[in-house]
Amino acid sequence: MKKVIVIGGGAAGMQAALRLRARGVEPLVVERETETGGKLRGWHVLFPSFTPAGELLSELRRRVRESGIEVLTGATVTAIAPRRVTLSDGRCLACDAVVLATGFTLFDARIKEEYGYGIYDNVVTSADLERMFAQGRVAKADGTAPRRIAFLHCVGSRDEKVCQQHCSRVCCITGVKQAMELRRMFPAADVFNFYMDMRMFGPGYEELYREAQQRCNIHFVRGRISEASPTIDGRLQIKAEDTLTGRPLRMSVDMLVLLVGMRANDDNAALAASAGLARSASGFMAPRDLFLGRVSAPVEGIFYAGTVTAPKTLGETLDEATAAADAAAEYLKA
Amino acid sequence: MAIEFGYTISKPRAIDIDRNNLRKSDEILREMPELQTCIGCGSCTAVCTAGNLTSFNFRRVHTLVRRGEYRGAYEEMNKCMLCGKCRLVCPRGINTRGVVLLLKRKLGDF
Repeated sequence: MKKVIVIGGGAAGMQAALRLRARGVEPLVVERETETGGKLRGWHVLFPSFTPAGELLSELRRRVRESGIEVLTGATVTAIAPRRVTLSDGRCLACDAVVLATGFTLFDARIKEEYGYGIYDNVVTSADLERMFAQGRVAKADGTAPRRIAFLHCVGSRDEKVCQQHCSRVCCITGVKQAMELRRMFPAADVFNFYMDMRMFGPGYEELYREAQQRCNIHFVRGRISEASPTIDGRLQIKAEDTLTGRPLRMSVDMLVLLVGMRANDDNAALAASAGLARSASGFMAPRDLFLGRVSAPVEGIFYAGTVTAPKTLGETLDEATAAADAAAEYLKA
Repeated sequence: MAIEFGYTISKPRAIDIDRNNLRKSDEILREMPELQTCIGCGSCTAVCTAGNLTSFNFRRVHTLVRRGEYRGAYEEMNKCMLCGKCRLVCPRGINTRGVVLLLKRKLGDF
């Protein structure tokens, strides 16, 4: 039986492995962490349907377990080739093809120092908020309920100042989803979303945006917050331009949520160099062709699944993992 | 006659949400929640008969009102001729003509 090493045990890796197994190929999932699941582990509910992330995660894990797919956890890959994967402990694993599903890295909000993440209390990221939702408790640092909350879109996206010029795609809809959840949790609170563009590209996204506006009374202000600073009473003062009225705008808030973007993994450079692969300007892996080779690397026998090539939604990631596994299976037949 | 000191003091232009009283704006939005679905496309202003001849900008005025900036909004709304073209083009289906009438009814005191 032909063997394919799937690097990364997140949503993309698990789905690719499942499809490979269904196509009669033997997959081996190599995961850096001690368990599978990747970023999905940190999410509470998924846009646009508010489906619990745990449902999807446990279903994928169940399928992987029941298919008897071998998973190697706690293993970091340092170099790849179409027929060989090298681990950080020096081990070399032989295979017939490789599916790279190593995903993305969340933008470190501390880099945008002007927003005070890690400096002031009550500045949190979308990932932090998701963890709070999962724990069932959202509160200010002093334990009280926030009365006014601001979301800032595009933190670490579309920003040349932090070398992230790409759009991370999913933050807009995440901002809408999380704003709605907070309104549900704190009906008396005012929620403001500061956006540059609202990119509601997926099915049901625009509908959710409209619901957030009309039914949840979430205020959408077009303009990027320039800075956050602490007020004397321990709140946060934020400044922006309300670009639709052409006037500067300021207000104090109890909580500032930064919608952090997806950036390319730091080790993409080393992996690309080890196999002679190309990266796009944003550091993500560049597929062979943007139309007909979206899940293939320029090197024969290496395939891409999920956000290793660009920011994507979970649905897109799962579809692509299936496509990558199919492409790998076809390659092994030839 | 006021003494001319050779300088003037400008008022801050910033919209200060902390100072603005949003009660009126909340009242308006409760009556017409659809106004919140505005995506700022400017179609209403592009077709506006009054806006072609005066500085009237419906999108800008209702956005300001939603931020609690009521001053002058009533007078601005008086420039509207209620022709209703904005309502025909609004991609969100907002009853813009109804918004004009509502703002005039609510903001007469400002």
